[in-house]
Amino acid sequence: MPSETRAPWILKLLAMGGLLFLHLPILLIFLYAFTTEDRSYQFPPPGLTVKWFAVAWNRPDIWPPLWLSLKVAFLATALAVVLGTLAAAAMARARFFGRDAISLLVVLPIALPGIITGMSLRSAFAIMDVPFSTWTIVLGHATFCIVIVYNNAVARLRRLSGPLLEASADLGANGLQTFRHVILPNLGSALLAGGMLAFALSFDEVIVTTFTAGQQATLPIWMLEELVRPRQRPVTNVVAMVVFGATFLPILAAYYLTRGGEETAGGGK
Amino acid sequence: MSDLHASLPARGLWDRLTALFWRRPGLLVGVLIAAPLLWLGVVYVGSLIALLVQSFYSIDEFSGVVQREFTLKTYAELLRPANADIILRTVTMAAAVTVASAILAFPIAYYAARFAKGRWKAAFYLGIMLPLWSSYLVKVYAWKMILSKEGIISWAANGIGAGAVLDALLALPGIGGNSLSTSYIGTFLVFVYVWLPYMILPMQASLERVPQSMLEASADLGAGGLRTLWSVILPLALPGVIAGSIFTFSLTLGDYIIPQIIGNSANFIGMAVYQLQGTAGNIPLAAAFAVVPIVIMLVYLGIARKLGAFDAL
Repeated sequence: MPSETRAPWILKLLAMGGLLFLHLPILLIFLYAFTTEDRSYQFPPPGLTVKWFAVAWNRPDIWPPLWLSLKVAFLATALAVVLGTLAAAAMARARFFGRDAISLLVVLPIALPGIITGMSLRSAFAIMDVPFSTWTIVLGHATFCIVIVYNNAVARLRRLSGPLLEASADLGANGLQTFRHVILPNLGSALLAGGMLAFALSFDEVIVTTFTAGQQATLPIWMLEELVRPRQRPVTNVVAMVVFGATFLPILAAYYLTRGGEETAGGGK
Repeated sequence: MSDLHASLPARGLWDRLTALFWRRPGLLVGVLIAAPLLWLGVVYVGSLIALLVQSFYSIDEFSGVVQREFTLKTYAELLRPANADIILRTVTMAAAVTVASAILAFPIAYYAARFAKGRWKAAFYLGIMLPLWSSYLVKVYAWKMILSKEGIISWAANGIGAGAVLDALLALPGIGGNSLSTSYIGTFLVFVYVWLPYMILPMQASLERVPQSMLEASADLGAGGLRTLWSVILPLALPGVIAGSIFTFSLTLGDYIIPQIIGNSANFIGMAVYQLQGTAGNIPLAAAFAVVPIVIMLVYLGIARKLGAFDAL
């Protein structure tokens, strides 16, 4: 069917238009970081300047939220990598009772809207009188990051052939040696990809965080406050560029790390 | 792996454990799953239970203290006209966003599934994946700039002489407003933008599974392109659409940032939850509000399951 090999022009137009619709808005973030107008979003910008980068650098209220976000993202990612890998190792090969329930449990924190995860944690903290701290934020983030690492690790482990592990055992390796010399080298890039995605997700998360942070501000919470009560708008754009980069680059890297598999990074979000 | 020795290493704890796990593979699975299961079970399921428990508590209207006794009073409050309005408004928005996303997503998913090859396929994949993953708040912020009164849309509309069209749109009763960024139209647009990739991906997955032979059979039987689209492709893609709609519907139900930043400050479920737990300090009512999307989604999932949507997830 020759007519099926080429797309109708209208379909092509709509598809390309859809992709542009998904990408063009982001570019405005970059443009407005250079505008001279700081009280409105006037388009086109009346003039261009690079002074907002210096202003943002010298604003003392930006640095503590940035450090907090980095700290939370590192801790949450570390926890998620350990827990996600363990879960993936258990689930990749074995069939056992309750397996489907566990895989649902792993996905649930990201499948349900963030507000439910957030409000649930808030309810639990209220019942147990847990004071807000960095760890209450980490608790929430690690919970929804587990699935990201899990998805990447489980896809890779399924491709890792069973005979390879048996060969390792036949050659006299014990479980730890097999893990260290056979599984880890094969799993490494998937874990790196999963970890980077988890880091990006945590660094940028705002909905669950607002429920678990109390008076603390992460960088996304700082941004949210600037959105509600804007001052020096281009400074917010500079920060938005940083946040965008901190999520964009890991996603791109994760894509290239896991490319070629039938399951690519982030396929399960 | 050249440093691996073929000789048996000295007997140690790890060797004994290896032997034990070899004899009893179930034990290994148990050891591996224990920590993640404990975490998710205690932190997540425990919190969900806490949410339910809180929703059955109530707040003393005079002292503002949470009464830790079982009552249905808090749920009854959801039925107050003001609160019922919030629920109805949120569900209506979620439904509208889902329908619009499905319509917008179809051409992209269809092109990516059937016509994009090689490099284009990868480009489409990344082109959908990057906006899905990239910072949610940054995307919302971008739209605040786009939709603002002095922003690019007004500028473009005036530039092509369509300023009157925009004004007419904003003058529409109910959905209009002072500017796009303070109207339901704006809220709706941003919701569609932010959740669109979640609709495209499962749709594309289900479209990729439509066999070429069926399209040829349809053509052989004399159906034109549109007829094939309507009678063959769409029914076969339906599980993907439903899977996608689970995301768009549930994400809209629970969102509170978008209507807070872009909209006419009318309340949505998410905003109600956020305000009640924060400034109002009414955690029981906030919890009861948060249970609403769970119940709606359970009903929705039940229907979707019947329609076979989970094969496409």
